[in-house]
Amino acid sequence: MERVPVLKIGDILLVSIQLDMSDQTAVQLQDDLAERIVSTGCHGVIIDITALDIVDSFVGRMLSTIASISKVLDAETVVVGMRPAVAITLVELGLSLNGIRTALNVERGMELIAAARPDEYDDGEGGDEDADDETTDTR
Amino acid sequence: MALRAEESSRLAGLLSEHRERVTHRWVELVANSLRGRLSQAELRRQVEDLHRGMIEAAQGGALDLESEAAGELRAVLAELSRGRARQGFTATETAVSVYALKDALLELMETEADADTLRDYVAFSSFVDQMGLFTFESFVRTRESLIADQAEQLLELSTPVVKIWEGVVAVPLVGTLDSARAQVVMERLLQTLVDTGSPYAIIDITGVPAVDTQVAQHILKTVVAARLMGADCIISGIRPQIAQTIVALGIEFGDIATKASLADALRHVLRLTGVTTSRRQSRRES
Repeated sequence: MERVPVLKIGDILLVSIQLDMSDQTAVQLQDDLAERIVSTGCHGVIIDITALDIVDSFVGRMLSTIASISKVLDAETVVVGMRPAVAITLVELGLSLNGIRTALNVERGMELIAAARPDEYDDGEGGDEDADDETTDTR
Repeated sequence: MALRAEESSRLAGLLSEHRERVTHRWVELVANSLRGRLSQAELRRQVEDLHRGMIEAAQGGALDLESEAAGELRAVLAELSRGRARQGFTATETAVSVYALKDALLELMETEADADTLRDYVAFSSFVDQMGLFTFESFVRTRESLIADQAEQLLELSTPVVKIWEGVVAVPLVGTLDSARAQVVMERLLQTLVDTGSPYAIIDITGVPAVDTQVAQHILKTVVAARLMGADCIISGIRPQIAQTIVALGIEFGDIATKASLADALRHVLRLTGVTTSRRQSRRES
């Protein structure tokens, strides 16, 4: 069975979908991705759909599901590289990818993830967040 | 009315017998109507082609213009009317090129005035009428294809997508926005967003004379499609009158940013991207 590779770049997982998705590949991808997010501790997921000619409701739902899974695991999901024809078709069909953030290309997607987590490197310094944790503990 | 076989052969005989006289008179008549806008040599060549085509058709036993033997003649006629249409002649001037043959034939046949000749002339004349109608149809078809070509060129010309800042593109829409144009604008804008990697687009509607619900629908679709791709759109150039129309029609732009002028839209985008602009102090005053 074909699998979609999940690549780790820095703090981001990159998924480039290059084949037509079937039920099985979609489920497999969700499994793999959830596994990788936990094992690597990444906080960003970029799904590249440049190679997809057709995005139907099935693929749309898969993207939504992946975004929801990532959100539960505290990772931001950005869908990048949607083709103009695909976007037009989605609009004409009245499908909107609710709750999914989009960017023009991988580079913009990485910027978006970086912008969404400006305090990424404050964790180790034991700043405000630790203080917040303590207050919640005492309550 | 179709020619009979013997009429057809008599026509061929007549045309080939008085070849020089017929073509000469024919060219003369057509040249008068065109008032020197086509060179004599060019005209003579066209008339001779037609003449030859008619003889061939008549000798081949063509009883009307639709028959197989008249194929060559039809091609010559089509070629003639295509040329006339492209050179900007009117439909009448084109048709006269064919109908002039009637006068030439009449002058030829007048000399022997009996009932048979008259009947022949009526039959020939109806054949020439068919040729005239065919010419007219070809002329109109050529004109129509010219108009279609021009409409397409207009479509190409009228929707430029320009880059006005690093990561900001603008589409100045000019003219009425119908479905076909909206589609072209949408595709071109989205493609440019991908090609340039620009996350912001400004749609300027200063040049759109009227905004109705359909136009608004097209613009909204474009904005939503751009959002799906990860780019933001700002609508600018909304004239006071248009703003009133939009409100009166109850069109909702939702959370899409709208600005009065292109300058405002650009300033808005620059603020979003964190670019600051300032006026440089003039040194002349100090």
